This record gives sequence, C-alpha cells and structure tokens, in this order.
Amino acid sequence: MNEMIKPASGGLVPTAPTRRDIGIRRRYAAERRFRFYGLAAIAFGLAFLFILLWSVVSKGYTAFQQTEITLPIEFSEKVIDPGNKRATDPNVLVTANYPLLMRNALAEKLGVSATDRPALKQISAMVSDSARVTLRDMVAADPSIIGKTVPVTVLASANVDSAFKGQIDLSVAETNRKVSDQQIGWMNQLAEQGVLAKGFNTGLFVNGNSSRPEAAGLGVALVGSLYLMGIVLVLSLPIGVAASIYLEEFAPKNRLTDLIEVNINNLAAVPSIVYGLLGLAVFINFAALPRSAPLVGGLVLTLMTLPTIIIATRAALRAVPPSIRAAALGLGASQMQTIFHHVLPLAMPGILTGTIIGLAHALGETAPLLLIGMVAFVANVPATPLEPSTALPVQIYMWANEAERAFSERTSGAIMVLLAFLIIMNLGAIMLRRRFERRW
Amino acid sequence: MSTKLLLAILLAITAVAFALGRMRALSLSGGKLSTLHSRPNYYGAYVALVSFLPPLLLVAVWLTVSPFNVNSAVRDSFPDSVKAQSSAQQSLAFGMVSTLAQGLPMLSEDELASIKQDPARLQPVFAGKGLAIAAEAQPYMLDSAATLNAMRQRSQLALVTVAIALAIAGAFVGLRTVAPQLRARNKVERVILGSLVVASSIAILTTVGIVASMLSESLRFFSVVPASEFFFGTVWDPRFAGAGASSAGQFGLIPLLAGTLYIGLVAMLVAVPVGLFAAIHMAEYATPRMRAIAKPLLEVLAGIPTIVYGFFALVTVGPFLRDISASLNGLATGNYTSFIQAQSVLTAGIVMGIMLIPYVSSLSDDIITAVPRALRDGSLGLGATRSETIKRVILPAALPGIVGALLMTASRAIGETMIVVLAAGVAARMQLNPFEPMTTVTVKIVNQLTGDLEFTSPQTLVAFALGITLFCITLALNIYALYIVRKYREQYE
Repeated sequence: MNEMIKPASGGLVPTAPTRRDIGIRRRYAAERRFRFYGLAAIAFGLAFLFILLWSVVSKGYTAFQQTEITLPIEFSEKVIDPGNKRATDPNVLVTANYPLLMRNALAEKLGVSATDRPALKQISAMVSDSARVTLRDMVAADPSIIGKTVPVTVLASANVDSAFKGQIDLSVAETNRKVSDQQIGWMNQLAEQGVLAKGFNTGLFVNGNSSRPEAAGLGVALVGSLYLMGIVLVLSLPIGVAASIYLEEFAPKNRLTDLIEVNINNLAAVPSIVYGLLGLAVFINFAALPRSAPLVGGLVLTLMTLPTIIIATRAALRAVPPSIRAAALGLGASQMQTIFHHVLPLAMPGILTGTIIGLAHALGETAPLLLIGMVAFVANVPATPLEPSTALPVQIYMWANEAERAFSERTSGAIMVLLAFLIIMNLGAIMLRRRFERRW
Repeated sequence: MSTKLLLAILLAITAVAFALGRMRALSLSGGKLSTLHSRPNYYGAYVALVSFLPPLLLVAVWLTVSPFNVNSAVRDSFPDSVKAQSSAQQSLAFGMVSTLAQGLPMLSEDELASIKQDPARLQPVFAGKGLAIAAEAQPYMLDSAATLNAMRQRSQLALVTVAIALAIAGAFVGLRTVAPQLRARNKVERVILGSLVVASSIAILTTVGIVASMLSESLRFFSVVPASEFFFGTVWDPRFAGAGASSAGQFGLIPLLAGTLYIGLVAMLVAVPVGLFAAIHMAEYATPRMRAIAKPLLEVLAGIPTIVYGFFALVTVGPFLRDISASLNGLATGNYTSFIQAQSVLTAGIVMGIMLIPYVSSLSDDIITAVPRALRDGSLGLGATRSETIKRVILPAALPGIVGALLMTASRAIGETMIVVLAAGVAARMQLNPFEPMTTVTVKIVNQLTGDLEFTSPQTLVAFALGITLFCITLALNIYALYIVRKYREQYE
C-alpha cells in the first residue's frame, strides 16, 4: 500500500490526475453542449412563432386600410335614363350605366378629354366595380338625386389600392405590372388633390364575400362564426357539465363507465375531419338538415368540443375537496343537492376556463366545416342559423386559394382578426383562472 | 300553429303547474314546513315535470313519425301512371309536389284560379314568389299539393290539441298526488339523474355514429369497388362522377397512405428533436422565471389554428424554400432553377413539425417531471453531471411515457388536414423525393367531398372509406399510446 502512494514509485501518480482532468473537461463540454441544444430547441420554436406572426402581420396590417376616391359626381339624367322611362320601367335604374358617371367625373378632374378612349379605359380601371353598386343604391334610395351633383366616396380598384400602399414594384417594366405609369401619375395627382386617400377599411368587417378583392369582406364569416360559437356554447356546456357530473359523482365503477371513459379520451384525439364526415353522413344525409348552414356546423363542432369540456370539467370537479361534500352531506343535503348547491359553484371557474379553451379551439377549426359545405360563396349576411353561411377560418381558406395579391393581403388581415379573437378568448380564460382559482 | 308556439304554450302551462304545485304543498303544510317530506319547490318541480315531459315526448315522436305517414299517403294518391314509373321519378314528382305545397298558401285566389286554368302559367307565378320550379307541373300535382297541405295542417292541429290536453291532464294528476308524504325530491332527482345519464351517453353515441355512418357508406363503396383494389391499389385516379359507366376510376389507397406517412415522418423529424430538447431544458435546466415565460409562449404554437399554419406554408415557407433552393443550385452548378417545389413534402412536413413542437414538449415535460426525485439525486450524488443524469437515468426511466407521447403526436400528424391541403399538393404519386409534392388521405377526403355531391357515386363514397381508414389508424395509435402511458404512470405511484 505504502509503495503505491509514494510519488517516486512510478509514473502512475502524475499521469492519473491529468487523465481525470481530460475526462472531466470532456464531460463538462458535453454538459455545455447538451444545455446549448436545449436552449437552441426553445429558440428554434420561439423563432418560428415570431416569424409566423411577423409574416402574417407584415402582410396583413395594410388590409385594415382601403384606398378610397371621394369626388363630386354628377348624376346626369342623360347617362342614367336617356329615354326618360324610369317612371314606367323600374329596370332602367337598375341597369343604368353607373360606371360611366364615375368615369366622366374622374376624367373631368384629371383633365382628360372625352374622346381619348384608351385613356378613359384606363381611368375606368382605377375604380372598383363595386362603384356601380354604390351609385345604384344611392339612386335607388333617393331617385330625386338624378340631375344633381353629389360628393360620393367609392373604392379604388385593387390594383390602385396596392400601388397606393406601395406594394407594387414600380421598377418592373410597365407591361409586366398591372398598373400603368399613367395610372400611377393620375393616382399621385389625385392624392395631391385630396381626392384619393386611405381610410379605415370598414368594408372588411361588414361586406360579404366578393370576387373583387377590394369589396370582399368578413361580414358573413363573422356572423357565421358567431352563430357557430353560440350553438356550441349553448349545447356543449350543459351537456358536457351534465356528463361530467354523472361520470365523476354518480357513475358506478363498472365495464360501461370504463368504456365511456376510454371513449371520451379517444374522441378527444379523433382527427377533426372525421367529425366532418360524421356531420355529412348523419346531419345532412340522414337528418336532411340544410347544407352550408351554421346549425349543422355548430352541431359538428359541439361533438368535437364535448370531450375537451368533459375532461376539463371532471378535473375541476375532482379539485373540489371532499370536505365540502362531507359537510353538505352531514348537514342532511341529498347527493344531488350537495353537487348542485356546493360542488358545482366551486368548480365553475375551472369549468368555464375549459369551456373557453374548447370554444377557441372550435373557432379556429376548418376541416369539418369544409365537408359540410360551409365553403360556399355567400354574399349576404345570414339572418338565421339555417341559412347558408361561411365561418372565419373557412373564409381564410377560400381567400388563400385566390391568386390575386390583394386577396393575399385580405387573407392575412382575416387571420389577424381570427388571432385577435383567439387571444381575447384565451386571455379571458387566463384572467378567469387567476381571479377565481382557489387553492384548497 | 307552429311547433315553436306549441312549445311556448307547453312551457307556460309548465310554469303555471310549478306555481300551483308549490302553493298546494305550502297550503297542505299549514305553515309548518317540517310536515312536508321535501322543500316546497320540489313539489312544484314535480308537478311541472309531470305536466311537461309526456307532451314533450309526444311532440318528439309525432314530429319524427308524421312526415313519413303524410308523405306516403300523398304518394299513394298519385295517379297510377305515375306510380308505374321508377322510384327515382316518383321521388322527383314528390319533390315538385312539396315545392308546390310550399308555394300554394302564398298565392291569391285569382292567381290560383288562373293557374288551374292554365298550368303553363305556374312556373312564372311561382318564380314571382321566389320559388323555382324545375320542370313542367302536371295537373294532378296541384291537387296532390293541396292534399299534402291539408294533411299537414290536420296533423299539426291534432298534435297541438293532444299535446295541450296531455299537459293540462298531467298538471291535474300531479296536483292531485301532491301530499305531505309524497317523496317529491327523490322523484325530481331521479329525473335529473336520468338526464345526466343521457348526456353522458352522447359520448358513446358519437362514437357509434362515427363508426356506423362511415361503415355503412364505406360498405356501399366496397359494393362498387372491391376492398382489395382499395387497400392494395397503387394508383389513385378517381375520374369524375356522373360521366356514365365508363368513368370507373381507380381508387388505390397506397399512394395516399405513402404521402401521409412520408409527410408525417418529416414532421416528426422536425418536432421530436426540437420538442424533446425543449422539454428537457424546461424540466431540468430552466430557471422558474424562464420556464414561466418560455413554456406558455411555446404553447401558443399549439393554439394557432391549423389554417394559419397552412397559409404560412403556402405564402412564406414554400416560396422561401423554392427560392433558396434556386440560389443554392445556382451557386453549385450555375443553373438557377429551383429543385424544391413550393408545394412539397418538405414544406408541409416542416410546417406541420413546427405545429407539433408544443405537443411533444408539453407531453414530455410532464413525463420527465414525473420521474421521482430520488433517481435524480442518486445519480447526481454518485458524481454524474446533469446531462449524464438525464441521458443515463431520467430518459430511460421516462422512455415508455415519451414513446406514448410521440405516438399521440404521430396520430395528430396523420389526421392533420389544413396544412397538407394548402401545402402538400394534390398529385397522388409514389416517390421518395421530399422536394416534390405528394398528397395525403385527408387532402383527398376534402377534395372528394367539396363541390357538388352525389351520394351514390363511388367518387364521393370513397371519402368515407378513406375516413374510416384514418379513424382506425389514429384510434389504434391512441389506444396503444394511452395503454403505455397508463402502465408507465402506475410504475411510480
């Protein structure tokens, strides 16, 4: 033994510490590398989150502004009703050449002669086709307007809108872009005169769908999603709570309740598109409910959200301490009274948090709605849940498939609206939990 | 009288019954509530239930049964010449009759008379009321429509009378049985318990509905296309529906399944390392402060709707990969053509992988933190570094749970729809190049079922066969994963 400790006994002692040093350095390097991998993974995930949000916001924030043209328009009788037959034939006012009014007014403002046809054509292309409807509605509402000159605000065409927002690369050769140099010149001239300006895009929130990007809006989709959320809330909250109460408080432990238990866990993991197939086969094919209706969509989303709500509710019920139950039962309350008067109110914050999260999930769901026909071109706001409608995510899907760049801007804008709703709902859930959560 | 109004009346009767029952219980107690078996409200609720439930049941049954009765009676009244036609033609005729029946009450006397004289005028008159009539109406149809309306009215009237009578009778019977020793609370609670059972059986019904509806439609599909051709076919070419018998397409599942699994694999290759390392870092290294910030932020990724990921893949990731591959190609060979297509397995896989990161990380995080403290302390106490402890002790202990979590994530990747619809392409091909588009089962379900549908053609029915395949695969993955996770959890409890 003694010999071994002696330093003079050989090279063993000097070499051993160095070898251990190398080992420890290597091990610490591995430790640092490992830590770095973890940090890199988190950074990777967060980086993609920010790239995603940034790509949506940078493309979409301009959608909340819209280029409008405001100028006095003469509702000339010669153009609207050249034969003076409007008293006898109501179709005259409907089919009149309203875009001509707009074109004439703009040409006058820009000093283009009424005989320069190519220039006039270019002027027409600067105004949205929806101007026809705007002017027609004004005349239909008040026919006495004919012959007067009234200031009117109409939408600029999608191309002018993009150009005015600086989204069109003007260094590209003129033939390869959708706006000519002359139109750009006019656009700048009009902007200087204050005729052409950007305003808040209320149309995005009010209008129905349209094949013209500048007039397309989320109105129908918002109303449709509102119906969907209403139906899901009204159906899934009571059914989910009732089911959880039974399973948590009353159900005997037997094969059947075991089956229900496994079932609910599996239903929560079934792909959403399968619920769409279910809705198509059962609600539309078998029960003959109308296609594209928010009612069917609501029923499908209810079935989809139920497992989420049941799982959250059961957790909330389980979190209520047994002492509350024992106290109520000891004072002579029946089991039903104990649950409905004491346990349920105490579990309510947890239940509502779960419900909001389930609703937020349902709000963003697209695939099942595609299958039950909510992917439809709907221009008018539905008055009841039985009328055809779309929903917010489906509208995003439809716009994402459009080729025009102005639609891409609207799609990003619509995504921002959807995300805003989701953020509000989730913040609500978090606040609810913070405010009412009790630790027993 | 409409059904809504009837329900309102029934509810009103119920409210009155509740008030009466409560008052009767109070007066029977003579001011001493302790003589009653239950609180007065329970007596009210008891009378209300007795007066409301039977008519409600009646209305439900009547509304499901009576349309069949009425419709078959009207069909029987068709002339023999119509009955001789095929059942499809009869259905068509009946469809017209019911449209006519819808329009008849809107017509004025004059219009009705003019139509009766000249059936050709029927189409324009109805169009004026906003009802489109597809074909020329025959004279017998107007009569049938009138009969249909009359029968519907009679049925509705009968329903209203019987239901209201039942409600009032129920209220009386209930009131008569109210007595101090009546166990009203127990009866009411039994009804409540019954409704709780009904609510929880909806979960079972949903599963039964999914399986039954998809199975029956798939069987219809397999009666046209042999199952072996579907499950083992290697060509997906459904053609278009309704072009006659020559349009029998080929419905091979294999290329779709290959695309699904390939995209899922790419997604897992992104999600698993990132998610696992993130989870390990969160669970073992991160300070509580960092954990409080980074964990919810990562979970935001799970809360973003998949359509948003799809759009992100379509307009940002896809073009980016295409452009960068063009530059790389140009730097390497001088030929600036892209070798990654904008819609490709890689695009869809990467974006789906990003979506799956939070699933992997939060599931694994739970499992890693569930590994007992003692194992960790033992390893550290023997001189292992933290990373060695994680690699040699914690991960092996958590492995079954992590495998379960990964299986659940994989089932999510297979069932994901919107990302692949927008980013993977629609070409059903079998190939191994991740830079080319491939398609998946879910994409084809959406493709086959959007647009005009005809529920008899194999082109639409195949979607249900695809759906049940998808359902079975995800179900198997999930059940196996749940089994593993449960078994693992028991180890340390």
